[in-house]
Amino acid sequence: MNDFIMAETPVDISALRKVLLFPEAGGFCSFEGWVRQTNEGRAVSGIDYNAFVPLALTEGQAILQEAKQRFAICRATAIHRTGYLSIGETAVWIGVSAAHRDAAFDACRYIIDEIKQRVPIWKNEHYASGETGWVPCHTL
Amino acid sequence: MLNIELQYFAQLQDEAGRAHERRQTPAPTAAALYDELRDAYGFVLEPARMRVAINSAFAPWDQPLCEGDHVAFIPPVTGG
Repeated sequence: MNDFIMAETPVDISALRKVLLFPEAGGFCSFEGWVRQTNEGRAVSGIDYNAFVPLALTEGQAILQEAKQRFAICRATAIHRTGYLSIGETAVWIGVSAAHRDAAFDACRYIIDEIKQRVPIWKNEHYASGETGWVPCHTL
Repeated sequence: MLNIELQYFAQLQDEAGRAHERRQTPAPTAAALYDELRDAYGFVLEPARMRVAINSAFAPWDQPLCEGDHVAFIPPVTGG
């Protein structure tokens, strides 16, 4: 089963969280990325997420596998949205369960950082002024 | 000449004015194909800042293209 999900519509987070419940898990850590009302000083009305879905799925799954190998976790799952999202909507959700908290925190951090660097998804910001713009990448 | 399926994302999609195309090309590699497309569409992004995916998997820029390959150039990603 693929634990990395690309979703065109909002996802039921409580259902995803249940998948991470194991008797051997003593902790759970999650990260949510939300659409924010400003970026680089400009008022944002929403973000349209463009993605190359087949490659995003394989790259996202590879990141989750790497997290499992690097950290002592029970399970990790993540979703990333595509399409137009309004302010406050959840664009990305990551959940990790582990026996102990350190591994859960570390794996969660690893997964979001790798998603932002490697998964083929692009933000097209819609500004309050009516303009739109592709968000420049700051890591290259 | 090879028939190549191209898919464009983000700013490349805007610059090309399309999301998909089937193109006949003499380009032997993805790198040569990108050069050809820069001439056609005026792509601003330097290949050094991008990756290329052939048949939905990351591939080296100098990988030889085959008839019917699906090629997507991957601008710097900004998800999350």
